Amino acid sequence: MITQGKFGKYGGVFVPELIIPALEELEKAFLKYKDDKKFNEELDYYLREFAGRPTGLYYASNLSEKLGCKIYLKREDMLHTGAHKINNTLGQGLLAKYMGKTRLIAETGAGQHGIATAVVGAMLKIPVEVYMGSEDVERQKLNVFRMELSGASVTPVETGSCTLKDAINEAFRDWITNVETTHYLIGSTMGPHPYPTMVKHFQSVIGRETRKQILEKEDKLPDAVIACVGGGSNSMGIFSGFIDDKDVELIGVEGGGDGVGTKRTGATLCGGTEGVLHGSLSFVLQDDDGQINEASSISAGLDYPGVGPEHAYLHVTGRAKYVAVTDKEALEGFEVLSKYEGIIPALESSHAVAYAIKYAKKEENKGKTIVINLSGRGDKDMFIVAKEMGEEV
Amino acid sequence: MKAQEAKTGTQIGEGQKTGEGKRARSRIKSKSYAEMFEEVKSKGEGAFIPFVVAGDPNFETSIQIVKKLVEGGADALEIGFTFSDPVADGPTVQSADIRAFKAGMTTKKGFEFVKKLRKFTNIPVGLLVYYNLIYKMGIEEFYKNAAESGVNGVLAADLPPEEAGDAVVAAKKYGVDPIFLAAQTTSNDRLKQIVDMCSGFLYVVSVMGVTGARSEVKTSTVELIERMRGHTDTPLCVGFGISKPEHVAEVIKAGSDGAIVGSALIRVIEENLNDLAFMKEKIKDSCSKLKEATRR
Ligand SMILES: Cc1ncc(COP(=O)(O)O)c(C=O)c1O
Repeated sequence: MITQGKFGKYGGVFVPELIIPALEELEKAFLKYKDDKKFNEELDYYLREFAGRPTGLYYASNLSEKLGCKIYLKREDMLHTGAHKINNTLGQGLLAKYMGKTRLIAETGAGQHGIATAVVGAMLKIPVEVYMGSEDVERQKLNVFRMELSGASVTPVETGSCTLKDAINEAFRDWITNVETTHYLIGSTMGPHPYPTMVKHFQSVIGRETRKQILEKEDKLPDAVIACVGGGSNSMGIFSGFIDDKDVELIGVEGGGDGVGTKRTGATLCGGTEGVLHGSLSFVLQDDDGQINEASSISAGLDYPGVGPEHAYLHVTGRAKYVAVTDKEALEGFEVLSKYEGIIPALESSHAVAYAIKYAKKEENKGKTIVINLSGRGDKDMFIVAKEMGEEV
Repeated sequence: MKAQEAKTGTQIGEGQKTGEGKRARSRIKSKSYAEMFEEVKSKGEGAFIPFVVAGDPNFETSIQIVKKLVEGGADALEIGFTFSDPVADGPTVQSADIRAFKAGMTTKKGFEFVKKLRKFTNIPVGLLVYYNLIYKMGIEEFYKNAAESGVNGVLAADLPPEEAGDAVVAAKKYGVDPIFLAAQTTSNDRLKQIVDMCSGFLYVVSVMGVTGARSEVKTSTVELIERMRGHTDTPLCVGFGISKPEHVAEVIKAGSDGAIVGSALIRVIEENLNDLAFMKEKIKDSCSKLKEATRR
């Protein structure tokens, strides 16, 4: 590898030797094209014309009034396919094309990243195969259908816990076997180097836009930036715009499930310990033996027992703060935003909303300017939420 | 390098020599990899190394399976420790991991497993693990335990040389051979880096893919072995995708010092979970046929 891909001691390339040459090739291509004029012009074109960038920074006046703060929503929910994931899939998809790869593979939990990969594959005319845990295939039939409509083939994964982490294992196995033709399009700031760095790069457009927009609107930087953290890509994307502004508080919100310390949780930084999973050293949910636990969260996108290594670094250095909200609190966040602002957030993003409400209610935070990264829209979650609310739809 | 390798044999009880184990447990040396390869070579053979997961389908049966492998003529053993996310393994090995996990295997019990098999065999024992098991136990602690239980070598499937610095230091400190993977896609530059750290043997992956039985072995194995030979005197063993005596014969003929077979043997376990007596006989039988194929 040309660079080490370490954030402090976190990150790295903990993968079987068979994958290393592919990572080397990918790193080389990434370093070459990330500053390439033609590549960036093309990527900007697709981000604008295909995905719908820039997204707005919306002043949530009703919620602001209710809470006595200034609350802004970065509207990633307005993007094509309904979430920030498309920023990364366009970037990596285009990179794969420049590298001459003829096949894309991806893992998906709820299906958001799978869909974002499927549409980019359709648009760039590169066949896509999506690995999805068989449990998730069952839970997210609609998204499977959406992926298939865009021409992707969805392969249910029957190994291990039959969820996201097993889908990632399976995608790695595919990649090991088909390394020469295939690009593995990882959906978050996780995995071996160069993925955490590369995915952050492609998501940093969120942070750049937000910084510019808030300065235009408020003529100053926000007091706090709040985003949900699954693997860590939407949060890293928006944090990257403010990381050097030491006065801006960066807050990552994890999927607490039933609560940190319970068996049903997805809060890796709040409740996990250091370990190596899926190619990098970071924090993981594991037992005393180092076996990886299953994560649990109402939102499939936060339901992962690992977290991107740069977040581990920001966590231990204290530059960002990580908190968890429970399933129940997230549902409240979901309802509040839907009701007061007419914006239905994804369950993942609802975690950020829920914590922002908690934060704003604290006496010491009165009057502060808060940016919430609204990473996705809630359409995909209608059935789950209805069920939780005891409604038939 | 060679002198160092010869020293890395581990201590075992001599009990098995008397059959009764009653004699005072004076410690003798288990064979080092270097000694084993030397011996096998002098007979004009290649080494046959079976791979099974410790505790598959449970601790006791697994010990008996290993016994049968030894009786069947195994020259060394590769022992896997169960891990929840074995990315380099195909479905067969992963199923074995799950069986062992469900039977209560842990890393600590894995070391007890090795201690126990050291009572009846002195052939080299290598571990095949994933790095999180090492990291979680503590790198020093892991290699110390490995050495104390009678392990000769450790291969962490997801630990390439870039990340292996601390592990190699600890391995050397406790006299354990750090074993590494090398594949067709491994460049000569990387190969240099790998063989610098590797001792015991170099685990050569001749197919592009994960572990699992395959119907044929890649024809470019000969060139692969030749290329690797150009970089190191460390013995070479080919693994991943070797399932039949013909494959073993092929890789030995191609110049490999040894052949590693896992999934094909694990399948025998998997297919005969209801008939342990038959399973064990079949394991022994398969093992001796595979061993036979190493006799050039
Ligand atoms: C809308 C939305 N937000 C957030 C996430 C969590 O991922 P990350 O932490 O990489 O942003 C997902 C993942 O599927 C998602 O769909």
